[in-house]
Formats: sequence, structure tokens, C-alpha cells
Amino acid sequence: MKKIKSPAELEKLRETLVSQNNTDKPWVTICCGTGCSASGALDVVSSFEKAIKEKNLDIDITTKVTGCHGFCEQGPLVVINPGNIFYCKVKYEDVEEIIKETLLEKKLIDRLLYVDPLSQEKVKTEDEVTFYKKQLRLLLGNNGMIDPTDLYDYLGIGGYGALNKVLQEMTPRQVIEEIKNSGLRGRGGAGFPTGIKWESSYKAEGDLKYVICNADEGDPGCFQDRSILEGNPHSVLEGMIIGAYAVDSGQGYIYVRNEYPLAVKNFSTAIEKARDYGLLGENILGSSFSFDVKICRGGGAFVCGESSALIASIEGKAGEPRDKYIHATEKGLHDKPTVLNNVKTWATVPLIIEKSAEWFSNIGTEKSKGTMIFSLTGKVNNTGLVEVPMGITLKELVFEIGGGIPGGKNIKAVQTGGPSGGCIPEKLLDLPLDYEKLIEAGSMMGSGGMIVMDENTCVVDLARYFLSFTQDESCGKCIPCREGGKQMLSILNNITQGKGQEKDLDLIREIASVMKDGSLCALGTMAPNPVLTTLQYFPDEYLAHIRDKKCPAGVCQALIEYFIDQEACNGCGRCLKVCPSEAITGHKEEPHELDQDKCIKCGACTEVCRHEAILVK
Amino acid sequence: MVRINIDSKEVEANGESTLLELARKNGIEIPTLCHHQAVTPYGACRLCLVEIKKEDETKLVASCTYPVREDGITVLTQSPKVNRVRKMILEFLLARCPEVEIIQEMSAEMGIKQSRFILYDNDDCILCGLCARVCEEIIGKSAVSFTDRGPDRKVSTPFNEPSEECVGCTACAFVCPTGAIKVEEWDEIRFIEKWNTEIPLQKCAKCDMLYTPANTPGYILSKMQLPENLLRLCEKCRRKSVAESLSNYDVTSKNVIIKK
Ligand SMILES: Cc1cc2nc3c(=O)[nH]c(=O)nc-3n(C[C@H](O)[C@H](O)[C@H](O)COP(=O)(O)O)c2cc1C
Ligand code: FES
Repeated sequence: MKKIKSPAELEKLRETLVSQNNTDKPWVTICCGTGCSASGALDVVSSFEKAIKEKNLDIDITTKVTGCHGFCEQGPLVVINPGNIFYCKVKYEDVEEIIKETLLEKKLIDRLLYVDPLSQEKVKTEDEVTFYKKQLRLLLGNNGMIDPTDLYDYLGIGGYGALNKVLQEMTPRQVIEEIKNSGLRGRGGAGFPTGIKWESSYKAEGDLKYVICNADEGDPGCFQDRSILEGNPHSVLEGMIIGAYAVDSGQGYIYVRNEYPLAVKNFSTAIEKARDYGLLGENILGSSFSFDVKICRGGGAFVCGESSALIASIEGKAGEPRDKYIHATEKGLHDKPTVLNNVKTWATVPLIIEKSAEWFSNIGTEKSKGTMIFSLTGKVNNTGLVEVPMGITLKELVFEIGGGIPGGKNIKAVQTGGPSGGCIPEKLLDLPLDYEKLIEAGSMMGSGGMIVMDENTCVVDLARYFLSFTQDESCGKCIPCREGGKQMLSILNNITQGKGQEKDLDLIREIASVMKDGSLCALGTMAPNPVLTTLQYFPDEYLAHIRDKKCPAGVCQALIEYFIDQEACNGCGRCLKVCPSEAITGHKEEPHELDQDKCIKCGACTEVCRHEAILVK
Repeated sequence: MVRINIDSKEVEANGESTLLELARKNGIEIPTLCHHQAVTPYGACRLCLVEIKKEDETKLVASCTYPVREDGITVLTQSPKVNRVRKMILEFLLARCPEVEIIQEMSAEMGIKQSRFILYDNDDCILCGLCARVCEEIIGKSAVSFTDRGPDRKVSTPFNEPSEECVGCTACAFVCPTGAIKVEEWDEIRFIEKWNTEIPLQKCAKCDMLYTPANTPGYILSKMQLPENLLRLCEKCRRKSVAESLSNYDVTSKNVIIKK
């Protein structure tokens, strides 16, 4: 292949690619994101390849290996076009049948269709799956359309059109204005207006300037950034090139955790291809603008996602934050003006340039524009990546897209914003999800973590868990965060063990305010959020642990006891067999007994009992 | 020109780079534990927090790292908010190292009699990082640095093995605010327990007294490009030898002339 030397040449290539696209020809997309690959998608791919090669099929099929579709829980996912037929949990053995029945005879295979958890009805097409129906998949949508390793695929769906437009028609100032007008705010957590950040760097003096993509993605359970990098790496790269053009940067970095091998691989391929075609490197598309990107692999520390720690890490220093009274846009990487944005922020940029700031600013709420990707997990029927317009309510997210709570249980709360976000109670489910509303509720957007909890969750234990995460993952540099967090955690441990006192709650609030006011970085200022929100919305649950020495949700081991309901137990003996401490005794077909002194409260009996005869009090 | 109001006193910046520096130049004391003028500010102890007001916004900032460059800001070094944070930081430290004198003194000054927090491992090291910064920035060695993170953070030599880098200068012990770095000497050995490191001591070429860790003179000489035999003597013998050689000069004369 040869370098593309002008915007016009790129346009021509794209036209050829589009004209070659034959949409009537059957094509099968197989999701090979990390989730689907883990459940066997690569076998499905090889099965298709084998069948196509061996069978001399009298039909011409194209298979496309794509990145993550976001519904990993149902993977491996296969979508068949034309028809948008959606098969889930597909196995190696199913492929022959798919080819014969669906592709050749145009019949559906019932057993591979998705069953809606609420209506129990089978769903035929991807568009009809409730999980996808309410979503607006601006960033994730193309993951299902393209082979992430094929630059032509990205060009075929309009890729690098925004870069072309920028180079042909826009000055750096105009690009910055467009991003400012769109209202785009950073998707990495703090929600800082992207255009204003770029403008500061544009205005800063410096012969060398940097742009950085933050792909550290340290929030447990979040995989939005990974999915975009794996499934549509060029969208991020194109965003970075446009950003570099706007602020006049010649060198970019992407900081990605080493635990994301496929993301690293696909992004590396994207960089190489872009270089080969003249979209990256010297004189991009024949212009005077030059820019290149290096990959920097991180060790996967949560705190390294913080901007100043990340920059230190790229510089080869220990990944710990520093005071940012002088912003990175003025003095960042190697003390040069630096723009650092999240993966999703960068991936949104080409869309805004392509479709206009006005189009973008019509999506979302007054101050939060565009879409946000949430990683929906926990006690909810449909889990996965969910991209929705800002302003959608929690209720819609959990009950419509998420399909409600499994096992007919009640929802108790939703933790948003990751481990340093807040816990939003059921009574606030009508909360529209945008930056401001989440902060008002004591939480934050964060990088879009969303954990749904049912009535069996203990919020004190939950707060304790998140705080222990942020403590362990903190750098330990400043005293308010390190010592404050440690002391707060020990108080919470005491409470969950029935050793708490009422005055502890005031002390927790006092420590929290010192952590908020005194900590060096946002890890310390935000870490108390889960504790403060659960304390605010569930004070009675804390008091139950302290005053009555009871855990109402039946979670905190020190405060619960297991009993056998003598009426319900039929003496099947299953619990007796699994009890590791021989606490359960009894004769066959007679109600069993449980010795409290021997019971180690492991809960093994509860898991095997089929008669709901084990009670936790 | 940058003018700043600190505790109702109008002060003018004159090349000072941080709020702490400016305040101290003007006789306004701000407590610190991780700061030393010889090394780069670090912003870890947060005792130096002050409340600043610019336009209509007030916030707490670390004065040791906050740059002096905005004209007209107001700084409060003892506001109720500042004192509340400072007091609790000391309470945390008092629970970490109850026996350290400077912590006791600072706590008493803030009116803290006893910490409400539980004692963890009774560690005199408060992780201010001064030792590591001095070793790196002044001595040029980096024999010690931070290891681990979060609650497990400590300062140590690599893998807590005896240091090969350490020249035994004990600048670390000198800057340590809490006395957590203890230096002992016995049997021709200087021992720094915290660094798990022993350095042999060297004898004075003249009087045979043990006077320096063996690898310090060589390191200093190589750094400063001094004549080789300069540090072969102990301080006393060195003074004596300088005096002796000076006796060859007429030091009273303006033009030093060599006496014949
Ligand atoms: C402890 C901590 C962890 C963070 N982790 C991430 C992360 O994994 N990814 C990310 O994009 N931003 C993370 N951030 C936010 C970054 O500091 C920074 O605000 C963001 O990357 C800026 O990009 P944006 O403006 O596009 O959001 C983290 C912040 C803190 C305090
Ligand atoms: S002296 Fe400023 S943070 Fe320690």
C-alpha cells in the first residue's frame, strides 16, 4: 500500500471501499471482545472458517471478527445479516447448524435466540433486544460493524472523515471552538470541559506539546475503555490526531494497562496501519502537520489513572500524584504543555467534528452533553456496557435496559462512579444521570461504573469494601488520605464486627471532611463518598449494627447466626454433608439441628438447601 | 508585581516561588513536616495547608507547593478550616508515632492532649520523604526510596537489602524530622538500622582515629573534584596540617609572601 498524500485521495479511496460494499451478501459478525473470547468466541470463528473452507458452500459468506458488543454476559454473540439476527451463547458445535439452517435455509434456530428476562419471550433481532433498545450507541455502535484490525473497515464507515475535514477546512482555533460549543466534558471522571482544556494548552507557550490518552481504566468492573480500544481503536486515534492538530502537538502517548493485551495489540495495529497510510507520522495526508503516538504500558495501579501520577509514570517515575496548582496544560509531561483526556473523550471528538457541535449538544441535558457509557453490573438481569444519552434516569437504566433485579428481589441501591463514587438509594431512582445531579446526590459520574444492589446487600459492608479498595490502591503519599483512610477503615471494621459505638459515626464524618479538604489528590478527597452516602441514606442500618449488634441484610459474619427452620427442613442431609465444621447434625428425613458454637458462618448450607430451611438472623 | 495578603498583612513577592517561602520571609510561621528548603517541595504532610481566597472562591492549598504568581489573593494561615485539618493530621500522627518529640510538641501547641485514633504499628517514620529527597537531590545517590503503596508504604533500600549505594553520609538522619533514622557506630562500623546497612569506618592517616565512613571521602572528592589527599585526615589532624602549612606564610601581610 502507499501513503495517502491528500484529503482528496482519502476521499477517493473511501468511495471505492463503499462501492465495493455489497450489503446483500450475507455476513456474519462474531464478537471477539475479551468477554466473548473468554467464553469461546475464537472457537466459533475457527468453526466458521473451517466450515466455509471445507464445505464448498454454494453461498458466499463474509465473516467479520469484531470487538466487544457490550453484552458479554450472553457471549459469544453472533449477528447475521441481512436480517440483524441475534444469536447468543453460541458454541463451536452450533456453527454448522447456523450455516445450514439460518444462512442457507433462512430459518431461525430457536435455542440460540435471546430470552427476555422480564417477558420470557424470545427475541429475533439485535435491535429488539431490550438491553440495546434504549441505548444510543454513538461510540460503541461501530464495534459490531467493523473488524478493528482492518483500517479499510473503519474508512468504510466514514472513518478519518473528521480528520480530513479538519485538515481541509478548519484552523486549530476553529477546532477548539467546535469542541467548546459542543459542550463535551471529560469522560474520565471529573467532567472538565474538553474544549477549555485544549484552549489552555493551545495558549500555553512551548515548542513541544503533548497529548495523552488515559486508558488506565482502574475502576473495578469497568471495561468501557478497553472495549473501545479493542473494538474501534482508530476512533480514539483519530480523536487524538485532531486534538494534536488543535493544540499543535507533535507527540502523543496512550497510557494503557498491561492487563489489556488485546487493547494494546489492536491499538498497536491501528497505529502501524495509520502510519503506513500517512494518517499518522510526518506530513499527515500531505499537510504540514506531523504527529505520532507511542504506547506506554502501565502496571495497572488504580492511582496511576490520576493525571499527575500517570504523567509521572510515563516519565519513568513512581506513579504518585503531585499538587496540580499549575495545570498540565501549562506544565505537564516533561514540564511541557500537555492535554490529557480519557479514551471515551478522544473517541467522541471525530463524531463532533463530523456531525457538528450543534448535533452533539442536542443530546443530553443542559450541562452534560452527549452519551455516557456505563458498565452495568451487580444484581441486575442484563449486565454489560450500556451507552445512553446523559440525563436518562437510573430507573430506566436498571429496569428497562438492565431488565430488573433477578430472583424477584427488591432493589436497594446503586453504586455509581466506581469505588470512590456514591451509593444512591432506591428512593432516588428517578435521578437523571448527569454530572451535576450525581454530585448533588453525593456521588459522581466517575468513569461510569454502576453496581446494582438488592435487599441482601449490607451497605456498611459495602462502604467498608470500597474504602479498603481505595486504601489499598492509594499511593500512600499524603497523610489525610493514608492515615485518615486507615483509621476510618478500622472504625468501619469495628462496626461490622459489632464493636462500634454511636460516637464513631461523628468521628467518621470528621475524618471524611479532613480527607476531603486536606488530601493531595482526588483519590483521597473522593474515597469517603461510599461511606458518607451510605451513612446519609441508610443511617438506620449503621445504627442496627451499633446498637442492636445486628446486620439487617444478613451479611456481616460477626453479627449473624444461622438457624434451621424445623418446619421447612425435610432432613435431606445436603447441608449436613457440606458443613465444614460438623455443626449440623440430624437423622435422615428428620429436621436437622445446627450447633451455634461450632458454626463458622460460611454459608455453605444456605447455598445447597433446596427448601429455604436455613435462616439467617 | 505580585502582592498577596497573608493573615491581613500585605506582602510583596520578591522572587519567592511558593506561598510558604513568602510567608516565612515575612515572619509568618506555618508548620511543616515534609519541607526543607534544600530540596524540592513534596506536599505530603499537608500540615502547611492554608486557606486561599481568589475572586469569590476559597480553598485549602498546600503552601509549600502553591506557586506565588496571582496578584491580589488572600491567604489565611490559621483559619478555622485550616486548623481543623491540621489538628486532625497531628492526631493521626500522634497515633502513628506517639513517642516522637516534635509530634508531641506540635500537638500540644494545637491543644491536642490525646489522639482519638488507634495506634497501629508505632512507626516513627511519618513518610515525609525528606531522606529520599536529600539522598537523591543533594547527595546524588538515591540509596533509599519509597516502596509499596497505600497503607504498606515505607522508605527503604531496594528490597530492604544492605545498600550498595549508601555512602554513609547520614544526611538522611540529619533531615529526618522525627529521629526515625538512627545511626550507631561500633567496632569500626557505622550502622544505619532503618536501611539495614553497615558501612566500615576509616582511620585518619595521621592519628589512626576512626573518623569517616570509608566510602564517603572518595565519593565527595569525585563529586567535587578536590585533591585526592584532602580528606585522608580526621577533622582535627586536617586543621592541624592546614595550620602547619599556613605557618609558612605571612598571613598578616596584604600580599601573601612565602617566608624564606
Ligand atoms: C484515583 C484516580 C484514578 C483515576 N483513574 C482514571 C482512569 O482510569 N481513566 C481516566 O480516564 N481518568 C482517570 N482519572 C481522572 C484523571 O485524573 C483525569 O481527570 C482524566 O483522565 C482527564 O480526562 P478527561 O478530561 O477526558 O476526563 C482518575 C482520577 C483519580 C483521582
Ligand atoms: S510541608 Fe507542605 S505538605 Fe508537608
